Amino acid sequence: MSTSKDRPWLVRTYSGHSSARTSNELYRSNLAKGQTGLSVAFDLPTQTGYDPDHPLARGEVGKVGVPISHLDDMDVLFDQLPLDQMNTSMTINAVAPWMLALYIALAERRGIDPAKLQGTTQNDIVKEYLSRGTHIFPPGPSLRLIVDTITYSVPNVPKWNPTNICSYHLQEAGATPVQELAYALSTAIMVLDAVRDSGQIPEADFPKVVSRLSFFVNAGIRFIEECCKMRAFTQMWDEITLERYGVKDAKQRRFRYGVQVNSLGLTESQPENNVQRIVLEMLAVVLSKDARARAVQLPAWNEALGLPRPWDQQWSLRIQQVMAFETDLLEYGDILNGSPVIEAKMQELMEGANAEIQRVAEQGGVLAGIDSGYMKQALVKSHAERLRAIETGELTIVGVNKFKETAESPLTQSGDGGIMKVDPAVEQQHIEAIQAHRANRDQDKVNSALNTLRDVAKSNDNIMPASIACAHAGVTTGEWAQTLRDVFGEYRAPTGIDISSSIGGDPERVAALRERVTATGSSLGRPIKLLVAKPGLDGHSNGAEQIAVKARELGMEVVYEGIRLTPQQIVAAAQEEGVHLVGLSVLSGSHTAMAEMVIDGLRAIDLGALPVTMGGIIPEDEHVALKERGIAAIYTPKDSDLNKIMAEMVDLARLAHQLDAFGPL
Amino acid sequence: MQTAVSDPQTLAAKLRLADRQAVAEALNLIDDQRPATRAKALELLAALEAERLANDGHLIGITGPPGAGKSSLLSALIDYWCAKGLKVAVLAVDPSSPKTGGALLGDRLRMTGAGQHKNLFIRSLASRQQLGGLAAEVWPMSRILLAGYDIVLIETVGVGQSEVDVASMVDTTAYVVQPASGDSIQFIKSGIMEVPDIMVVNKADLGAPAIKAANDLHQVMRRSTQDSDWKIPVCTLSARDRQGIDALVNALEAHRAHLVSMQSLTAGRTAQQGAWAIRQLQEEFGKSGVARLGGAAAIARDLDNQHDLGELLASYNARAEHLRTSTKAWPT
Repeated sequence: MSTSKDRPWLVRTYSGHSSARTSNELYRSNLAKGQTGLSVAFDLPTQTGYDPDHPLARGEVGKVGVPISHLDDMDVLFDQLPLDQMNTSMTINAVAPWMLALYIALAERRGIDPAKLQGTTQNDIVKEYLSRGTHIFPPGPSLRLIVDTITYSVPNVPKWNPTNICSYHLQEAGATPVQELAYALSTAIMVLDAVRDSGQIPEADFPKVVSRLSFFVNAGIRFIEECCKMRAFTQMWDEITLERYGVKDAKQRRFRYGVQVNSLGLTESQPENNVQRIVLEMLAVVLSKDARARAVQLPAWNEALGLPRPWDQQWSLRIQQVMAFETDLLEYGDILNGSPVIEAKMQELMEGANAEIQRVAEQGGVLAGIDSGYMKQALVKSHAERLRAIETGELTIVGVNKFKETAESPLTQSGDGGIMKVDPAVEQQHIEAIQAHRANRDQDKVNSALNTLRDVAKSNDNIMPASIACAHAGVTTGEWAQTLRDVFGEYRAPTGIDISSSIGGDPERVAALRERVTATGSSLGRPIKLLVAKPGLDGHSNGAEQIAVKARELGMEVVYEGIRLTPQQIVAAAQEEGVHLVGLSVLSGSHTAMAEMVIDGLRAIDLGALPVTMGGIIPEDEHVALKERGIAAIYTPKDSDLNKIMAEMVDLARLAHQLDAFGPL
Repeated sequence: MQTAVSDPQTLAAKLRLADRQAVAEALNLIDDQRPATRAKALELLAALEAERLANDGHLIGITGPPGAGKSSLLSALIDYWCAKGLKVAVLAVDPSSPKTGGALLGDRLRMTGAGQHKNLFIRSLASRQQLGGLAAEVWPMSRILLAGYDIVLIETVGVGQSEVDVASMVDTTAYVVQPASGDSIQFIKSGIMEVPDIMVVNKADLGAPAIKAANDLHQVMRRSTQDSDWKIPVCTLSARDRQGIDALVNALEAHRAHLVSMQSLTAGRTAQQGAWAIRQLQEEFGKSGVARLGGAAAIARDLDNQHDLGELLASYNARAEHLRTSTKAWPT
């Protein structure tokens, strides 16, 4: 048994909002509280390659993260923070090469050798297509950008983790542990194969590439199974890197991973219970020394309610510190080795994962599985199964479908409703700032840098040097991305909702609902037609997908077009499709702006009476104003009974056509 | 929210101009199964400009197995025509679930790309048929669209009956296959050679498999079409890379020109409306009803002389009324 105390993991908090200045202050205060690494959250326009003044950015600027448009913004974000001593993780994907270019350019501006930079760019496009939805380019060019970032970083920024294969969002989308293992490892294999085949790395240096690949994993509440999953990851990665890539040095085969524990299981009802959930989920990733996380970030107890405040984030930070510094966890070797129960569970997970890896490979690999919708369908199906189990009570969620009685929580009683809100004036300030930035730079230099970028994108050369040159020239995030959009095109991933899944919930209620849907269709002259739409840049489509699947199962005709629609596109679709109902889904905090634009657009074409419902993370104190603005019903994570939601939507369609409501199911 | 239905003449005049609100309202009306609105729908169809419906525009069916890339092909075609200033309408038909009757419709955005065209109108429809055929509403909806749009596309997933159905509703049918998928073999086996006027091999960007699929199809086509005046072309293209789209457009236009030169464009459309009328009679009164009117073949012979849609509808209405009054004694 080892007696030397293990070093604690990197302690981080995923954060950033409003502006580079505000976020910088937050980072410095977090570091002062004992945080040891930074984890930058970017806002959705930045993640999807738009400047704050782009029409698609409306309502989203500074909401779920910090807007970073150019090198000066990056400079402000890291003001008074020594880049050569920081460990900075960036949750950035489609525009990962650009953010890394800005970070490198900032180091150069400050006279710091980029070789000293430490940190991570997430840079994993697969889970964007499958769940998170901030992808821009088609699969082929996206993979090329990932490969370019890796092949540039390994020799030039050797301490950087250029890509962080991320199964976190797969679990959020409903992945089982077996699916999480299989799809993450299949993605890693795809990336390493592509780097190998690119010829950009000499064979002798390939083990270095393997050793720079890191992972980002999710941990849910079934913490023993999750712990086994981490151990399975570690063992499977060791085998893959040895057998497939011939990496001899065991250190270079280590499964290095960071974690953000599960948000999917956090509840809006009795939100204080989320604290113990977070603690237990964390235990899963730190308990086993041989499979311990290298970096941990924890969500805040109130994430299902809205954006956490600094105090909420501090609470999560303290959870990590208690675990690392008060408990005796780090004093022992691996306490699970030799347990036959753990071993058996690991074997079961590994066998399942290997079989699924094989299935994906047989279908032509990960990119083919994206384009065919195979992987997305598998996830939507798993998620539907989870919701069904919650609805029937097979899966207990305390405070949601069991033990629902509660005293009033003092935590949510403060004046701010227990969450933070971004000042709506922020967006206008950023619009003015970006326009001033464009007016005050050397436009010839910008044009020339963008021309070079375009030529490089069309060639087989590495994208990074031209991107770093763009950063120095004052190019903006939107300009960099638009240049590549022009060359590569854009991609809409399959929605995955064309699955057949067994109908959820109590069969009697479902049968009654189906009858209501059929009867309403007869009265209306045609089946109820529902438009499910996600306005804005938010790519979290799990909720919208489940509503669409459910509505179809009940006999409705459902139009669902996936993520990232403009309000204008939604309004046009409602008209062209002749729908009876519109369901909007927004989780990014931009619900008010989106609701207003859709409602006003519908009114302008005489569709003002069309019922529009809204689902997402919508703070309770905003419901009245939204309803006054014309939203017919609002659903939040608290509303876990899909049958009830559908019954209400059927009634909304009836009332809009002068038919009597059926009332509660 | 149901806005009052406009009178047929006013609505028809707006449809001629492709007024979006009018088009949406007219399609809703055609889709409405309530007896009271059925009569209004027929009135609207009768009010459409007969001359235009008989001779103008181009009705195109795009069909093929799932995964062949029909949406991206449509997207490429839409961009091509809209860039030329043409007005394009799409009816995208997806299968209904046989178990629940529900349906997931279309993938409008995959079809139109990120940009929006002001001269484009897309309506998604559920097939609503147990056996995979097309809903009876598709044909009258296509006429509503033909009244104001230059190109009307009907997209269906080629499974079972729907590809045969679509061919009976349009001027030109393009059948899309995906290389290396066994699609071309399936097509050859399926015995639906009469369906396509144009074969399309998509995903030419895959290289060799696309060439092989095209060669396979050429061989079959050579054997099967020797009697016809129209030699079915095989267009190999990449919707993704926008390669070969103009050749497909040329082939579509050539087929339409061929129909005109054979004087079969108008005749074909007359036959389509006759086929629809018979189908409607069958749906409402059953095979026995059609038999009492002298049988499908006899009705078709009669209706084939009625080029004018208004006259056809009058003739249809007379027959329907006859059956309704003569079957009154039986409960329905």
